[in-house]
Amino acid sequence: MDFLAALCQSNPTLGNLERNFESHHQWLDRALEAKADLVLFPELSLTGYMLKDLTQDVAMGLEDPRVQDLVARSSDCSLVFGMVEESRDHQFFNSMVFAEGGRILHVHRKVHLPDYGIFEEGRYFASGTSFEKISSRLGDLGLMICEDAWHPTSAWLHFLQGVQVLMVPSTSPARGVDTDAAELASQRMWRVLLSAHSIQHQCWSLYCNRVGFEDGAMYWGGSLVISPFGHPLAEAEGEVESLLLHRIESDPVRRARIFTPLLRDSHPDLVRRQLARILDDRDALQAQRNEENDREQIR
Amino acid sequence: MSRIPPPPGCNVELATRVLTAFLREEASKVGFQHAVLGLSGGIDSALVLELAVRAFGQDRVTAIAMPYRGSDPASLFLARQSAANAGAELIEVDISPMADAHLSAAGDLNDSEDAAVRLRKGNIMARTRMIVLYDYSARKRALVLGTSNKTELLLGYGTIFGDMASAINPIGDLYKSQVVALSRHLGVPQAIIDRPPTADLWQGQTDEQELGFSYDEVDSLLHLAIDRRYPEEKLIQAGFSPSFCQKVSALVQRNQYKRRPPLIAKLAHRTMNLDFRYARDWGC
Repeated sequence: MDFLAALCQSNPTLGNLERNFESHHQWLDRALEAKADLVLFPELSLTGYMLKDLTQDVAMGLEDPRVQDLVARSSDCSLVFGMVEESRDHQFFNSMVFAEGGRILHVHRKVHLPDYGIFEEGRYFASGTSFEKISSRLGDLGLMICEDAWHPTSAWLHFLQGVQVLMVPSTSPARGVDTDAAELASQRMWRVLLSAHSIQHQCWSLYCNRVGFEDGAMYWGGSLVISPFGHPLAEAEGEVESLLLHRIESDPVRRARIFTPLLRDSHPDLVRRQLARILDDRDALQAQRNEENDREQIR
Repeated sequence: MSRIPPPPGCNVELATRVLTAFLREEASKVGFQHAVLGLSGGIDSALVLELAVRAFGQDRVTAIAMPYRGSDPASLFLARQSAANAGAELIEVDISPMADAHLSAAGDLNDSEDAAVRLRKGNIMARTRMIVLYDYSARKRALVLGTSNKTELLLGYGTIFGDMASAINPIGDLYKSQVVALSRHLGVPQAIIDRPPTADLWQGQTDEQELGFSYDEVDSLLHLAIDRRYPEEKLIQAGFSPSFCQKVSALVQRNQYKRRPPLIAKLAHRTMNLDFRYARDWGC
């Protein structure tokens, strides 16, 4: 594994597919000119984020000719972009498409949909159901879309499957200027979180956050490359569009896993047994409560 | 209430970056390169002016001072100082003839000692200023910038469709004490920073005297209650009196209507703001 990653810290226009497709092609031109092997866009890069009732209006099937035109550009690179995906049974997903060799190799549908604060994804999207390793020509990669990365199980599932590079496209709004800390509270938390993922899972983290404003909320950019030892090695300037380039190699992953063989020493079987027991206990408790409620109502 | 926690801090450099980018981007998205704002001689509008000249450039920001004949002359004096400091154009519009036309047409606004009359007169002046600003906006294609801070918006201490009217507001998420910190950082004239906040509704009026508490006290309470989600018992433990907590909480609740668009009676399957839901930045 030895490739040049290009993180496109872009500023999509809300609900304007035509303009966003055009800008994706322009970003791709720039990235390919820089000889990038992997071109990563932020979450919902083709549509913008604060979609609300636009969600269904901007949804596309994967076979949409505009999507396929973009996918065709992946003959010279591996390409990852975000869209509202409409399934054949008319469910809507917050999806990242991974294309390579001119075809779609994998689609990750966001599993953890935030529905609090300014977020209302649960109202509009259906959840994805798994975290799958992408066996790319570049190596073994994994995708977590924004909130996915806040749940430790997502990265761990990738880790167990052999993933060495975590790609984290994001749309993170700026918040927290009420202290004298040198950076936004949201930015600080993301850096800590991703460093921890890289340290715990001994993999690269590629964080691609968008910039721009939607209804007063600013997305702060700050796209980031973190080494398998947890060191931030490259960081895009905040708040402005920027193409962040960094070389990704297997050697640091190998060395990190020799220093501390966490993958060898993890005990997924123990987790399976214990998790099954925890869930069984929880189900039993719930069944008991339901029974008691039923009896109460009969009385 | 001497033991209460301090008001919220503010990372002034970060806030300046975010707010100037906000002004520039949200205005240009809707096709505006110029901005206009009412300049009162107080700290809020002085701060918005400083932010605006940094976002748009001095020659693309117009400040309008709109004194009424009963206004404190110090207000106009400080407005001029603020505009000169920011290097922006200042237009002075005497609103007396316009406001007086409304006041005399109403016929019952003579008793200046009556609190209800004072309030109505204050509202008429605030709405007169709004008309001047929006007419200028249409004439010169300049976006109207809001100057209400978070403390005022939460307490409802402003006139709906008057000084609360604007297209975009850079300081609506900053408490008054944060406005002061940012104003210091951006070089707002000291005389404006030192002046006790006033709506200038009558000679000698100050906000704190009218509200019955200080901005530092209420900012500290609001920050903990709203931003940090402290329940009431925690606020009391932190040193706030129960009566102060209840008074402030009632003001926030009672004035929610001022912060929302008018209610629409629902009849159809899709009703604006209920289940016809689009961002304002739709398509831009």
